[in-house]
Amino acid sequence: MQEKTIAAIATPEGKGGIGIIRVSGPQAEEICRALFRPKKGNVPLETHRLCHGEIVSPETKTVLDEVLAVFMKAPHSYTGEDTLEIHCHGGPFILKNVLGEVIKTGARPAEPGEFTKRAFLNNRLDLSQAEAVMELIEAQSPRGLEFALSHLRGDLSAKTRSLRESLIEILAHLETSIDFGEDDAEPLNIKELTEKIGHVIRDIQGILSTYSEGKIHREGVSAVITGKPNVGKSSLMNRLLGEKRVIVTTEPGTTRDFIEETVSIQGLPVTFVDTAGIRDTREEIESEGIALVWEKAEAADVVIILLDGSEDLTKEDREIIDRNRGRTIALVVNKSDLPQKLTADSLRKRIPEVEPLWISAKYGEGIPEMKEKIHSLVVRENGGNNPDIIVTDLRHKTALEGALAKCIAAGEGISGGFSPELPSLEIREALDHLGEILGVTTTEEVLDSIFSRFCIGK
Amino acid sequence: MSLPKKFDVIVVGAGHAGCEAALAAARMGCETLLFNINLDSIALMSCNPAIGGLAKAQLVKEIDALGGEMAKIADKTACHFRLLNSSKGPAVQSSRVQCDKQLYRLAMKEVVEREKHLYIRQALVERLVVEDGVVKGVTDNTGFYYEGNTVIITAGTFLNGLVHVGVSRQSAGRAGEIASIGLAENLKELGFEMGRMKTGTPPRLRASSIDFSNLERQDSDPDPTPFSYTTKTLREERLPSYFTATTAATHKIIRENIMQSPLYSGAIKGVSARYCPSLEDKVMRFEDKGHHPVVLEFEGLETEEIYSKGLGNSLPLELQEKLVQSVPGLEEAEIMRNAYAIEYDFVQPTELKQTFETKLITGLYLAGQTNGTSGYEEAAAQGMWAGINAACAVQKREPFILDRSEAYMGVLVDDLVTRGVDEPYRMFTSRAEYRLILREDNATMRLMGKGHELGLIPDDDYRDLKEKVRQVEAGINNLSSHKIYPVTETNEILEKMKTAPIKNPVTLYQLLKRTEVAYDGLKVFDGWEEIKDRDIKRQVEIEAKYEGYIKRQKEAVEKFRSLEEKKIPPGIDYCEIPSLSSELQKKLTAVCPASFGQAQRIPGMTQAALTAVLIHAKKMELESKNASGEN
Repeated sequence: MQEKTIAAIATPEGKGGIGIIRVSGPQAEEICRALFRPKKGNVPLETHRLCHGEIVSPETKTVLDEVLAVFMKAPHSYTGEDTLEIHCHGGPFILKNVLGEVIKTGARPAEPGEFTKRAFLNNRLDLSQAEAVMELIEAQSPRGLEFALSHLRGDLSAKTRSLRESLIEILAHLETSIDFGEDDAEPLNIKELTEKIGHVIRDIQGILSTYSEGKIHREGVSAVITGKPNVGKSSLMNRLLGEKRVIVTTEPGTTRDFIEETVSIQGLPVTFVDTAGIRDTREEIESEGIALVWEKAEAADVVIILLDGSEDLTKEDREIIDRNRGRTIALVVNKSDLPQKLTADSLRKRIPEVEPLWISAKYGEGIPEMKEKIHSLVVRENGGNNPDIIVTDLRHKTALEGALAKCIAAGEGISGGFSPELPSLEIREALDHLGEILGVTTTEEVLDSIFSRFCIGK
Repeated sequence: MSLPKKFDVIVVGAGHAGCEAALAAARMGCETLLFNINLDSIALMSCNPAIGGLAKAQLVKEIDALGGEMAKIADKTACHFRLLNSSKGPAVQSSRVQCDKQLYRLAMKEVVEREKHLYIRQALVERLVVEDGVVKGVTDNTGFYYEGNTVIITAGTFLNGLVHVGVSRQSAGRAGEIASIGLAENLKELGFEMGRMKTGTPPRLRASSIDFSNLERQDSDPDPTPFSYTTKTLREERLPSYFTATTAATHKIIRENIMQSPLYSGAIKGVSARYCPSLEDKVMRFEDKGHHPVVLEFEGLETEEIYSKGLGNSLPLELQEKLVQSVPGLEEAEIMRNAYAIEYDFVQPTELKQTFETKLITGLYLAGQTNGTSGYEEAAAQGMWAGINAACAVQKREPFILDRSEAYMGVLVDDLVTRGVDEPYRMFTSRAEYRLILREDNATMRLMGKGHELGLIPDDDYRDLKEKVRQVEAGINNLSSHKIYPVTETNEILEKMKTAPIKNPVTLYQLLKRTEVAYDGLKVFDGWEEIKDRDIKRQVEIEAKYEGYIKRQKEAVEKFRSLEEKKIPPGIDYCEIPSLSSELQKKLTAVCPASFGQAQRIPGMTQAALTAVLIHAKKMELESKNASGEN
């Protein structure tokens, strides 16, 4: 029996030193070739040999992570199938990112316990181990599973169910026109059906847009560090990068070009942009640089406003705060190692909507808290649009994307006046995709829908 | 007393199922005995005069491709031909014919009478003779014994048949014929799970009393395609149909007298089919509809009887008269045969294996309406299936099974034995997951090889088919090997053909994919070759136009097959799988699915439950391996 290739994150969720993505099935080797670029030479992966290299997205050609990969040829693997294991850096975003590429390349997200199930079915486990698998499977009885997940995805189920009902209704119209023919059934109302499938398409698109970490984990986020000259932007940058890369001097206006570096914060790729210090200047090159800073800040996901705690707020500080109002702001007070003039209260008067935090870029104090702050700002921003339904599970996302593609094809078929059996095939396949979230659609349901809607028969 | 002869196959009931069953068995070389209560009603069309129709035509063509008889008799006796869904794609087009009912019955009677190895007998079979769970034969109502290796029951509506007209109730297998009560009781005694269904038939009106002058007339299609691949010519006579509709007055009669209908008074307990509601149901359930269509169809060439499709009811006779006469064109209509409802016993088909042999009694097969279905075509398909499998069993051959991706027959049988029925089962194209490849136009290509293997299709016919398949492939290959190029001259031709110009070189085959391009439209291009056989030409066109979809369906079929091929070991005890709900344990035990694919289609089955069964089966395998290792 030819099984589909499955993939999942095999290590426990959360921050870990290392995270493993396991891929099992006939396409494992192909996926390996498509995504893995070895550091040395182009040697194809030998079985059971750990290789150092990078995971590169075939579409964007960007490097997702530096990894160790091991390919295990069937039957000498845990599942008894061709297996690929990718050892990534442990952040959940990196892992999801790499897993996402693996799925795009042809694997399907694994069901809970599916690797073990395959291991068992391929004679890789003995009878006593099999008993343990039985228990595992029993623990995943639909009721237990439903219960555990209900609060997480109750609303998603409800929404998916209503999508499914809309699709069954459209299908009932198509099938009635087919199974009761020109003599018995009324002609299809193309306009009405096109509208109905359009609603479904928009609904699915809406749900998919809530795939909270979706956008940020694919593209990462940018954080622009702004502040008046000599407030410590470059020091902060160096502190974030962990090594001295940016020239730090006490001569104001040193940083003219933008320095961009990507840092992983809990797996979330954050690109920090170090900018020119903002000040009133007559120097042409510098003022051009400052104009660019404003542009950068506007496009950024997060604006870090860096202040000098050892000084009172200056005109430049106030200008920076005012010009960034309404954006996602991290208000960071540097130089906590020096005697402080700025207080939380005084800042609150100036910008009440943001809670400031204190750091010392020089000594590294408060840096972990600042990273935490930036992470929570971004994740809250992206997850908070539609609190009713949030798609978090990659399997659900894959299912919804599959359904969406089929619905779009069905819509084209209906509005294009195709013979109804063709859009019907698309809708059935869309229902199959939704079935991966909810359970399968049966012919009986479609017939029930027909008979409750139409007066049919001789 | 008994006949000296012992039969291989005994068929009880010579309706549409029984005739196909007996013919298939006899043609496979089995000594076969066919019973009917009355030999004048062999292959009687008890309801409408039509054969085929949506999804049903696919069954008729499949019967034909396997060497059955229904298609041939229909062609021989048809006087009205229509291709339904002609405006839609070929996969959902279906032929429907109206036959002369008397000619149909006589033609089939002649075929069964002339068949070698087939014995015909008028008798009322009352009991099955069963020893140690194996059928030995049957006895009739006089106690006479007929010995047989296998018995196929195709009793139609006759098991405990009860005809309702108003408050009147008469025991009958069909209007004017005796019911089969002893056999129904006997099946119950033997322990089969049985239920009760209801069906009905509309009144037959006298043609000369109908005013057709203001009614919309529908004529037969010109130049129809016959059902059977063997048919070379069709009869010349044609009969039209007429359309009319019920009125507010009709609906008023029904509403005011609804309690006189046994359907609403509670007298009828049997389940009726939702797709074939009686007029009472249509009026009561769809109140906002002002009219319901009525079609008047001739029952034959030499008869005045008109079948009034749409007027089926079970009201008392005085109301039937009023009701009929409230319909435009029927103001003066005379009823020749009244409408009635009939209740009858059926056996829940989950009692059957995929061969249609009962799980309870070896050698006993059930087919047709006895299995809770409706329709001549559904009956005939099942009859043929049971007849072939009884013969295979007698001859110790492998069972004959078609799966859901091979034939509508496979869908029909799998639905019945896996899901059971809760209303009379009718075939719909929407039941067939792979309907784009299960078309009426390719039935011979799909199945004739199998019919030939069974010995039901003559060598010559099969050779002709193979030649045809070769020509279709040659046609496709030829078009695929000729390209046209995006030059002005070519695009001018395309414009003339009313199709979009090309920007890149395309093959003629790719061009044929376009909806507006026909095979002969390609004539203007180099490389086009004439195909004279219109069947072959049509196959090339369909393959081209549906290609992408056919490919998708074939991929889906492969996925489906992989689960079908995964067999569930016999002897699995579902009660030993604790993670299954007791309801599923019961269902699985009753259906006893042969494969994981079949198990998946049992109503209420979940993915988790299927996994549990899979793991349990594997565990059994390991245990038995361990056990044999120790020995």
